Amino acid sequence: MPLVVTPSQTVGPFFSIGMQPVDVSIEPGGEQLIIQGRVLDGDGNGVNDAIIETWQADSAGQYADRSSRGWGRVVTDGSGTFQFSTTKPGRLVGVGDVVHAPHIAVTIFARGLLRHLFTRIYFPGEPSNANDHILASVPNDRRATLIARPSGPNRLEWNVVLQGRDETVFFEC
Amino acid sequence: MDRQLRTTIALAGYRRSLPGTQPEYLHSPYVSSRKRAPSKSLIAIPATLTEVTGPRFSSADVGTRESDLTRQHGGAPLGERIIVSGRVVDEDRRPVGGTLIEIWQANAAGRYAHASDQHDAPLDPNFSGGGRLRTDGDGRYAFTTVKPGAYPWGNHDNAWRPAHIHFSIFGPAFATRLITQMYFPGDPLLAADPIWNSIADEDARNRLVSAFDWETTSPGYALGYRFNIVLRGRDQTPMEE
Repeated sequence: MPLVVTPSQTVGPFFSIGMQPVDVSIEPGGEQLIIQGRVLDGDGNGVNDAIIETWQADSAGQYADRSSRGWGRVVTDGSGTFQFSTTKPGRLVGVGDVVHAPHIAVTIFARGLLRHLFTRIYFPGEPSNANDHILASVPNDRRATLIARPSGPNRLEWNVVLQGRDETVFFEC
Repeated sequence: MDRQLRTTIALAGYRRSLPGTQPEYLHSPYVSSRKRAPSKSLIAIPATLTEVTGPRFSSADVGTRESDLTRQHGGAPLGERIIVSGRVVDEDRRPVGGTLIEIWQANAAGRYAHASDQHDAPLDPNFSGGGRLRTDGDGRYAFTTVKPGAYPWGNHDNAWRPAHIHFSIFGPAFATRLITQMYFPGDPLLAADPIWNSIADEDARNRLVSAFDWETTSPGYALGYRFNIVLRGRDQTPMEE
């Protein structure tokens, strides 16, 4: 008989005592980006105690081998805003030589979230988005929630709506 | 479906949870979940490289003294000294070695060393309440700390959180990430706690309650509590469409 996975519980409001923010380590030479956004609740209010972890490949589409390179962690401020700097990941070649569009995997924790949420950030104007099979599994009218918007030179905006009509797509993976 | 896509879908992912063993996002008695729980269904996706890889933290990332929360300041913190230990394994009982665990907790009086905690209980200048370590090759870990106090919160009338320690565990992949809370045996506040009760399955819920343990109780020094952690196991066979 397999064991039963330990149940999740909320991160609560005091996680910063134990979980420190970590910058995604930047590679020189890649396309440098600042990604900024807000985490919003079902009433459209900023979530001021969310923590976001990100995991991504490097600009050549490779995941770090036995290190934490490509992983980062940021917290939201009083208005629910977060921001991190990173290098745009490359297209990934998966099992069977299938190409995946560049993306950043995101985990969201907050008071009120009894389990964390998984989602992804995709990039605007990226031709390979059209062939990405994860994006293709998302209903058309919700796909835009996963794609960041240009907001200035080397800047992207990507918001997380936890609940409601414009709710971000969250994945079970 | 073309052959390549089928091959991608066949990458072995991590098993989905059994019904009732993980909390639902919306658990109305826990008021903070009402406006933060997603209202639409999650979209199930096949495992890709993104989910089956994840960060690895080396011993250089974690100081050896970070696992003893009673020795982070000039003096000893007040409270009942305890050793919390256990083993991290996956669903197939395979040890999860070299993985990062982070913990945080209130002090013995039930107060967090955090600007947002306004509970009228004393801070302890000798206790910050945060610790980290990496599991050994057999998945084992041990923290030395003090037993946290219960504290009131605003969820409902006369609401008190049972004593608990927050645990953050990474595991081998992005898909195995887990954040949870460890509770103490025999705590009368558990029965009324909406966070603990968000787990429908009683056996699963009780897995968050540590066990008092003579074996790890250190004579003349500290009481031992044991808390084992199970992370998601990898699918035996790839998911087929």
